[in-house]
Amino acid sequence: MTEAAVSPAPGPAPADEEILTVSDLHSFIVTDGGIVRAVDGVSFTLRRGEILGLVGESGSGKSVTCRTLMGLMPSPPTRWSGDVRYAGLPDRNLLDVGGRELQRLRGAHLSMIFQDPMSALNPVMRVGDQIEEAVASHDHLGQRDRRRRAIELLDRVGIPAAERRMRGYPHEFSGGMRQRVLIAVAIASRPKILFADEPTTALDVIIQDQILSLLLELQRDSGMSMVLVSHDLGVIAEMCDRIAVMYGGQIVELGDTEALLTAPRHPYTISLLRSLPDADVRARFLPSIIGTPPELIDVEPGCRFAPRCPLVTPECRTWETELLAAEGGAQLVRCRRHDDARRPAAWPDQSFV
Amino acid sequence: MSTTESTTVSPGHLLLERIQGRSRPRGKVRRNATLVVGCSILGAIILAAIFAPFLTPYNPNTIDPLNPLAPPFSPHHILGTDEYGRDIFARILYGGRIDLLIAFGATSVTLVVGTAIGLFSGYSGGWADTVIMRIVDLFFAFPFFVLVIAIVAMLGPSIFNMFVAIWLTSWISYARITRGHTVVAKNREYVLGAKALGYGHLRVMLRHLLPNLVSFVLIFAMVDAVGNVLLGAALGFLGLGAKPPSPEWGAMIADGQNYILSAWWLSTLPGLAIVLVGVGFSLIGDGLADILRPSD
Amino acid sequence: MNRFSFVVRRILHVIPVLFGITVITFFLLRLIPGDPARQILGQHYTPASGHALRHVLGLDRPLVQQYLLFMKHLFHGNLGDSISYHESAGTVISAHFMPTFFLVVYAAVIATIVSIPTGIVSALRRGGVFDQTARVTTLVGFAMPAFWLGIILILIFSIHLQLFPVNGYGTSFVGHLYHLFLPALTIAIGFSTILVRTLRSSTLGVLSSDYVDTARIKGISRFTVLRRHVFRNAIVAVIVVFGINLAYLISGTVIIENVFSIPGLGTLLVDSVSTRDYSVVQGVTLIFAVSVVLINLLTDLVHASLDPRVVIE
Repeated sequence: MTEAAVSPAPGPAPADEEILTVSDLHSFIVTDGGIVRAVDGVSFTLRRGEILGLVGESGSGKSVTCRTLMGLMPSPPTRWSGDVRYAGLPDRNLLDVGGRELQRLRGAHLSMIFQDPMSALNPVMRVGDQIEEAVASHDHLGQRDRRRRAIELLDRVGIPAAERRMRGYPHEFSGGMRQRVLIAVAIASRPKILFADEPTTALDVIIQDQILSLLLELQRDSGMSMVLVSHDLGVIAEMCDRIAVMYGGQIVELGDTEALLTAPRHPYTISLLRSLPDADVRARFLPSIIGTPPELIDVEPGCRFAPRCPLVTPECRTWETELLAAEGGAQLVRCRRHDDARRPAAWPDQSFV
Repeated sequence: MSTTESTTVSPGHLLLERIQGRSRPRGKVRRNATLVVGCSILGAIILAAIFAPFLTPYNPNTIDPLNPLAPPFSPHHILGTDEYGRDIFARILYGGRIDLLIAFGATSVTLVVGTAIGLFSGYSGGWADTVIMRIVDLFFAFPFFVLVIAIVAMLGPSIFNMFVAIWLTSWISYARITRGHTVVAKNREYVLGAKALGYGHLRVMLRHLLPNLVSFVLIFAMVDAVGNVLLGAALGFLGLGAKPPSPEWGAMIADGQNYILSAWWLSTLPGLAIVLVGVGFSLIGDGLADILRPSD
Repeated sequence: MNRFSFVVRRILHVIPVLFGITVITFFLLRLIPGDPARQILGQHYTPASGHALRHVLGLDRPLVQQYLLFMKHLFHGNLGDSISYHESAGTVISAHFMPTFFLVVYAAVIATIVSIPTGIVSALRRGGVFDQTARVTTLVGFAMPAFWLGIILILIFSIHLQLFPVNGYGTSFVGHLYHLFLPALTIAIGFSTILVRTLRSSTLGVLSSDYVDTARIKGISRFTVLRRHVFRNAIVAVIVVFGINLAYLISGTVIIENVFSIPGLGTLLVDSVSTRDYSVVQGVTLIFAVSVVLINLLTDLVHASLDPRVVIE
């Protein structure tokens, strides 16, 4: 699986070329209680071969973002809008693509790994069949080749005795092994973009490390781009080239990993990093910040973080939020006081706890 | 990164307006509507049965030899008459008393007894639980209807014996449901807390466990009530429940079957009454389920 | 190996249940108020004949002995003698078995054919016109007395359209299919209301499950996702529902046989009630209960063969 063999790149590919451009993505879920604005104006780009991290509390809209992009949100309750351009199909809005066209993109161009390996495999189907199904969907192989390729994949994702395990059912596999199977399914048709939605959340710490290394290795080998969703800053910091911090259905800060971790500008990001012990971001879940994340129904105007923000001023509550460029455009931040936020003096004392 | 949002009068807001225009709080209204419609249907039938003498001048059993098999919408008989000239509308109204009595009489007793047994069984655990649950399992092997017929057969066919047969067999469903939920709930904090406060077992069962089970029991009771109406009518139809002169709906249908070629209304109309009662109970059950178990 | 031990354990589990069934059926006869001999003999009762019958029935012995006697007879296939047929109850019952068996299977097949597409399409088009229609239909269908529906179908299809016979069982296999179509349809309609509702909700569950999303992202067609992942799991649900609601199916059969005058166990049961043919009532009850237990065993085994997780539990 070398890069050259894999990607019939559309035109010459500069290193920094954007493979996915998401502009103003909205994804609203209509419920009996009201309209949940799960994703509310998300814009970002994904570059060829990079890993972009989406980090935020649960309910901040990370998963819904990925699922909407993959076309997996069920349509009666969910409505979406926005403009999404994929380099492999540049003149179409990805959100409008459906039917056979979407089918052709899925697996071979866009793929996804889900959070809960316990429920993401069909319980009544042999593991081998589930992988072969993924192999067969884009490569027209004979049955023996398909099987050989499936075994190869299982072997590639580190499942011992792959040939024998092909006949097993999901419930006979451990959580980590199932996640490996899911990864095999996801990369079976050599996707260009892989969405990994909390791929390690359901696993214990040691297994988490193994799975993350595997993902990193696969990504390096194939040169695919990856969007890694996690609420674990440690994971994100270790894996990603760039980070987008999400809060209340919006991206509140976006920048290179290094810059964002050392010089955060949004009070939410700053609070997150401050409350990490000894700046050791390794394997730490998002710490609790005073207050609760917003219910995304009947959203108030103004900054979403205002109710919990130590630096809040009355103007924040009416400010039409937007992503502001900082550091000469290298970092984007959704805070009108992001310059103040960088000065410790601006912070009230108790918020340093 | 060119796309910094300027003002948010963007597709997002357009989307929001589009959705809001179409679906306001439809879900909630529809939920309650189910319950309201169900209650109205059943309430109307109950009232009609109770106030039957005010709704019709006819006695359900008075024979009018001059006016047999009058079709519906006849001058004096809105739903027609049967082979003896008895007014069908009056018979359906008065018959409602019997069928509703079966629905409530059979269901309420088994509900109370079955719930009590299930609560006791699940709460006490141990050998008593084992024995009771073995009995419940055994009863489940029998097709309910066959068992009821067999018991009625042994006791002798009559409405009262039909009640006895239902009481003997039908508590098992309630016992099973209640026991299942009791076993789960009895290890929850609020029950353990109540025990730790030194409350008596009876108080813990009635005040702390029962309120948490009652919704499941009630929802099932509505389905069970439909079943009991159908069962009572079926036994009446087979001549194992209410006896011929009685205007019980099932018996009326059986009676009308002999005239199916000439007078279709004799059998069809009482059947519609049964359907209406059944739909009423079912709607109430669905409505309760939506309200009491909000997760869809 | 694991699966083998599951099968063995499941089969062994049936044995105590079968014993329990015999106990309940045995005590059924004890429900007769007063003196059973007097009830059974009716106007033929004399002290001498009463004494003789009590002896034959074993009513003059202690209860445990009576049960052992009952069991001994049962093991020899002896269910007692039918009063009205002047034959052994076992012979009478076996003569009535086939029509009922045929009818139950026929109804189950029709119900499955109707329910699977209805339930799945309802779930796929949730809230749509089809779903709403199906919802109302199942609501009304569930509240419809089967015997009444049978009469209506006779009225329409037999009397007005003259497509099907009013009653009877027919002689050949095709004759059975023809004669039993309306009764089977009647039972199937009632049974379908339960199947459709369960199938709809189980399909909704499957559709929202993560593994269907996994299947979707593979880039296989929508139809393939449905066929391989949704249908299969929905079928498993149908089998489970079948096992649970078998008793409902049999109850429907008992009453429908009486509507269409089919010479099966249901007609026999009701006739025997009116002729006070207690041993036949007892025997039919026993046969039905044993069938339910055995068919439940079968559905459990089929379920286990389709869903590998069952074995674990």
